[in-house]
Amino acid sequence: MNLFWLQASGCGGCTQSMIGGDARRGVLEQLASAGLEFVAHPALREESGEEALDVLRQAAAGTLPIDILCVEGAMLRGPNGSGRFHTLSGTGEPMIAWVRRLASQARYVLAIGSCTAFGGINASGENLTEACGLQYEGAERGGLLGADFLARSGLPVINVSGCPIHADWIVDTLMTLAGGTMTADDLDDLQRPRFYSEQLVHHGCPKNEFYEFKASAQKASDLGCLMENLGCKGTQAHADCNTRPWYGVGSCIRGGFSCIACTEPGFEEPGHPFMETPKVAGIPIGLPLDMPKAWFVALAALSKSATPKRVRESAVRDTPAVLKSKGPRK
Amino acid sequence: MTRLVMGPFNRVEGDLEVSLDVADGRIRRAEVSSSLYRGFESMLVGKEPLDALVIVPRICGICSVAQSAAAAAALADSVGLVMPRNGRLATNLIQACENVADHLTHFYCFFMPDFAREAYAGQPWHAGVAARFQALRGNALADFLPARSSFLRVMGYLAGKWPHTLALQPGGTTRAITPTEKVRLTGVLREFRAFLEQTVFAATLEQVAALDSPAALYAWAQQRDADFPRFLQVAQTLGLDRVGRATDRFLSFGAYAEDPASPAFFAAGLWTGTAAPLDPATIVEDVSHAWLAGDAALPPMSGETRPLADGKAGAYTWCKAPRYAGQVVETGALARQILAGHPLALALVREQGASVVGRVAARLLEVARLLPQMENWLAEITPGDAFCAQWSSPQQGNGVGLVEAARGALGHWLRIERGKIASYQIIAPTTWNFSPRDAAGQPGALEQALIDLPVAVGDKNPVLVQHVVRSFDPCMVCTVH
Repeated sequence: MNLFWLQASGCGGCTQSMIGGDARRGVLEQLASAGLEFVAHPALREESGEEALDVLRQAAAGTLPIDILCVEGAMLRGPNGSGRFHTLSGTGEPMIAWVRRLASQARYVLAIGSCTAFGGINASGENLTEACGLQYEGAERGGLLGADFLARSGLPVINVSGCPIHADWIVDTLMTLAGGTMTADDLDDLQRPRFYSEQLVHHGCPKNEFYEFKASAQKASDLGCLMENLGCKGTQAHADCNTRPWYGVGSCIRGGFSCIACTEPGFEEPGHPFMETPKVAGIPIGLPLDMPKAWFVALAALSKSATPKRVRESAVRDTPAVLKSKGPRK
Repeated sequence: MTRLVMGPFNRVEGDLEVSLDVADGRIRRAEVSSSLYRGFESMLVGKEPLDALVIVPRICGICSVAQSAAAAAALADSVGLVMPRNGRLATNLIQACENVADHLTHFYCFFMPDFAREAYAGQPWHAGVAARFQALRGNALADFLPARSSFLRVMGYLAGKWPHTLALQPGGTTRAITPTEKVRLTGVLREFRAFLEQTVFAATLEQVAALDSPAALYAWAQQRDADFPRFLQVAQTLGLDRVGRATDRFLSFGAYAEDPASPAFFAAGLWTGTAAPLDPATIVEDVSHAWLAGDAALPPMSGETRPLADGKAGAYTWCKAPRYAGQVVETGALARQILAGHPLALALVREQGASVVGRVAARLLEVARLLPQMENWLAEITPGDAFCAQWSSPQQGNGVGLVEAARGALGHWLRIERGKIASYQIIAPTTWNFSPRDAAGQPGALEQALIDLPVAVGDKNPVLVQHVVRSFDPCMVCTVH
């Protein structure tokens, strides 16, 4: 299958993460062995300048088939709808014009990363560049291609969101497409692949004991739960980072800092400082999804009363207080 | 005079367009253009200061940690916060990991594939080099990519993930590693050293770091079965040590300080034949040839970034023109190694000026110097001691964060007023290297480096231009931000 990769208004981090994926001889050979061939990629292919433009022109004209169009980066529609904040080098034309042309030719269209899915960090602040995603503007359907857009396979844009994506999220999506088994049922209500978006970052969180007792961190490098004070959104964020570690060993929480829900639309403008939990009367506003608020408050109060001393102490230290073993049985 | 527009350049990080005026078979004038504007500096205004740590790494997915480090440093500077030694060591490890990984990603994925081009098919070395380094297909990737992934476990352990971590804070790092993680990390570095010593150098890192002259470098490379020597052998036949000279003025903000009292592992300064102390007060950004509003060149602490919707006469890029004491300077691994006083870097530049070989060799030399230093920093980490001093947001303050990304000097200038960010200005390494002309008409570093390069009639993709542009290892997404 022909993989056609275009970089829009992005940082390139999703490609950097992708090539860091776990494969014995590297991700590129892994994809090639599944029949996935990059016919265009701004960071990886040999073509430069006119050579690269020829490939884009043939694809836009339909003479070079695009099986899978991967776009990495947001759609900049500004200033004033002209798209001129991002022109495709060598053409003087807005990138969004090229995205529209190429998307209309593709069998599958993938938005790689939250920027391409929803607008991402580009949409932060006043969004003077009029950034949006391929088929979403924040959580609202529409974006550049419009709510009715379907790729030639009949699927809408597949939103592999994340900031950046975990390498497996893109590799596994591509493998599923290569295997011919992707259907609309495999996507959630934000068109994200369910194989990772049906999890919550909370699942497998290494701070589970601290969460259990609401023994909370108060400052950076504290071991305690990050939700109560330090802005962690892991209980609300759709991703499997704590059951599918980064580079086999890490995650944001393992690294000691809060989840900022980077797979979600609008993560870039939470409406409060990222690393502070907004509260009303001492109670966090953002609760775990689908949990009744009054019961959560009651449960939290009981948990705090049941907290072992070791857990309460460890929560505000950067190394754990030791659990003493019971010693030999008599 | 014919006009040749080369774009999208590709195998650079981001969007790059190079316009060349060619006459009598040589480049007479070059204009370097960045074609993407995102406006990060505007996004930061009005935000709570610590939010900068979330926003700035997202400027760039390959220099992500460098941006984080610059923001953390600027924030710390605004209140005078000093990090504990463990935090400093962990920060150095995280930054060095990104810089080393970036240098090799550049070498294997961005730079070497140009030698596999059809244009070189007549060369005796072409078949072997193409088999090894061709884009996407070369067999080097099966060695390099898994080694890189393994090495990035440094990020997994110390920084949670890469790119885009929040582990780097003004007061240190967020993960106090445990004794077992320290042992695991020692293994990670040992494995990566083995990859470098077998596949990249076919020599010990210490042997590479001891090379002290171009003659010694080429003699060392003879017949050596590894990837850096392969590049040197090819570069010699092509004369790439005499191509790509820019201003020969080199800027480094200094890298890898171990504590506030001692000099950094790689010293800061400006080199114009001899080294002078760094004077950041002489830095200004000119917007005369950028699609940005403004008249006078401004120092970044009082800088502004106001994009123009309708263009501007004479402007050809979104990139500002930074100047140091009114001069165009070059930054990157070559600049760092010159300011660090490394004899090989100094000799390369004294003999021929900066060149394609000088820039690439400096990167690989730096890799050979950094890995052993990473081993030292890791060994000194004391599990149980603090990694992070506590931050509290000031109501007022100015902060400056000067770091070295893989590609060179990166600076953040921040003003906090009434508890929020009032101004945030960034100058990235490629902003220096790929700067446009200033009001005095001085071309930027790359614009100078391309002058007089030969271009054959009808050649739309002159290989020498490919090599010279990529020798700078540009990061275009950082350049404009």
